[in-house]
Amino acid sequence: MERRAYYRNPVLPWLLIGPQLILVLVFFYWPTTQALYWAFTLEQPWGGGNSWVWLDNFLAIFRDGEYWLTVARSAFYALCTTGLSMAVALFLACFVDRALKGTKIFQSVYVWPYAIAAPAAGVAFRFIFAPQSGIVGSINQIWPGIWDPATNGVHALIMIIICHAWLGIGYNFIFFLAALQMIPRSITEAGAMDGARPVRRMFDLQLPLIAPTVFFLLIMNLISSFTDSFGLIDTMTEGGPVGSTEVMVYKIYFDGFKGLDYSGAAAQSIVLMLLVIALTFVQFKWVEKRVHYN
Amino acid sequence: MAAISFSGVKKRYQKNDVIHGVDVEIEPGEFVVILGPSGCGKSTLLRMIAGLEEISGGTISIDGTVVNELEPRERGCAMVFQNYALYPHMSVRQNIGYALKVAGMPKAERDAKVLKVAKSVSLDPYLDRKPGELSGGQRQRVAMARAMVREPKVFLFDEPFSNLDAKLRVAMRAEVRNLHRSLGVTSVFVTHDQTEAMTLADRLIVMNAGIVEQVGKPSEVYHHPASLFVADFIGSPAMNLVRGFFAEDGYFRHGNGGMIRLPGLAPHHLSQEVSVGIRPELVRRVDASDKNAIQATVDYTEELGASRLIYARADGSTIIAVDTRGDALGTGMPVHFAFDEADVHVFSHDTGRRLDAPGRTHRSSATVSA
Repeated sequence: MERRAYYRNPVLPWLLIGPQLILVLVFFYWPTTQALYWAFTLEQPWGGGNSWVWLDNFLAIFRDGEYWLTVARSAFYALCTTGLSMAVALFLACFVDRALKGTKIFQSVYVWPYAIAAPAAGVAFRFIFAPQSGIVGSINQIWPGIWDPATNGVHALIMIIICHAWLGIGYNFIFFLAALQMIPRSITEAGAMDGARPVRRMFDLQLPLIAPTVFFLLIMNLISSFTDSFGLIDTMTEGGPVGSTEVMVYKIYFDGFKGLDYSGAAAQSIVLMLLVIALTFVQFKWVEKRVHYN
Repeated sequence: MAAISFSGVKKRYQKNDVIHGVDVEIEPGEFVVILGPSGCGKSTLLRMIAGLEEISGGTISIDGTVVNELEPRERGCAMVFQNYALYPHMSVRQNIGYALKVAGMPKAERDAKVLKVAKSVSLDPYLDRKPGELSGGQRQRVAMARAMVREPKVFLFDEPFSNLDAKLRVAMRAEVRNLHRSLGVTSVFVTHDQTEAMTLADRLIVMNAGIVEQVGKPSEVYHHPASLFVADFIGSPAMNLVRGFFAEDGYFRHGNGGMIRLPGLAPHHLSQEVSVGIRPELVRRVDASDKNAIQATVDYTEELGASRLIYARADGSTIIAVDTRGDALGTGMPVHFAFDEADVHVFSHDTGRRLDAPGRTHRSSATVSA
């Protein structure tokens, strides 16, 4: 039976949810409606109000080849970040799950990166990957020019992907470890008796059994890599060199605040928002009908 | 050569010893049941054979090969787990065939083999179902088929029937017994259920607190318990046991002040504290006029159908007797019991081990060894 609390005073419940409601309205819905307004209007050249332009802003960005390049780059970025972060997290979780020496320490240590703000991590990684002075820079002493994210776009993109993946490992690790520990130990043992080695057991037994978690993390990571990369890119490369690390979210910022094209940026925001909504929708659909074993 | 041989096998978790040196030989084709209360180390011992637990001391050999350092897959054992441990995402066919698939057997050959084994445990109609869609008994069969398909040198069963209801348990017991008869594979079966143990075993290993108390045929263990623990643990209702001293006048004086005349036993066990015991089914109801009768007062009775159990008090200790008389017995009524001295077991109180008087063989054990 559903238990519910009833309030006799009709004002009290509104007062109780008020703070949260105000937060959501001010920081989510108001900006979103503003973005929607801008996306369908164009500000007149010398000010004096916006004129309604229907879908012109969207058509403009869709006709722009450079925009599609950014979309493709974002997709590539999201896939690489997600793949790398999840693969490393799963690898670590598997070892911790096997209760190797030092498990207790690693269990907590691996989570720390998740607590680091992206810009802080960005600054740290800028030093680590600095071609002149960083740790990676020492390779440049052996083969000069082999690593230069400041001028080589591919290097720059790799650098940000690694950094973003690193930030997400802790989060993924916790979920993977929890899922792995939910699998009864006897199933792994039965696998061992059946002659499967640890790696084989991971692919045949553990991975299928944690599939719901894998899917959940896949979506969460994709969303995160589409939307959370701003802090990293802004501190590490500012979209450069020559726009080679400019992903959707950074282009929105750049076009809007540097290029002062509010309407174009707003239209891009709406596109990105729809993308995230679509991913979230897929996630919910899956959670609803996800397979429960036993 | 023994199929499985334990030699000084020990298990230590951090600083706690849980198995203190086990030395047992298991013959090829034998069905051995390891029986003991919870936490006695019986499952640990089984898992050490399987290779799922490290062996802290001593050696385990399978077919003459020391397997201490071998991985589970190299030992040639198949195991049926307590909760079946089926792979929930695989069909019955895939569950049974997984070991063959891992071994790299071609699909056609594999499928034929899986079908054959599935048929032998009447699972063939369910091959495409997932474990979640099967009943408890069917899951149990899948677990057994999965073990059989590998044609192992040794079958290991870790309390496999504990999740089944009583009726199914009896049926599965018969099935395991038949399976063993037809395949003849050396089997080690762990259980805390003594009925299961008695009915299945060629030989029993009774364990307690990490020590092997007795190894022997079920009847031998029942009629000739090697220790106080075995005497008390095996048999339901439990053996009547009472602590005290034998005196030179041929009487046994127990701690509660009572006396039992045991002239044949008394001279051999003087001057040490002992426990004497007798099985409830060997305690007879007699008339008050019987010259050896012990008088007792009924506490309560338990009706079993074919017989009943009488719980009675005599000289401050409880006597349980199996009774087939149909007369009415109420609390507080007097009853009279008698038993043969030859049916009495004597155990040292200090060591807990059985004491047999020199030159005197316990009657029931004589029939066993015959």
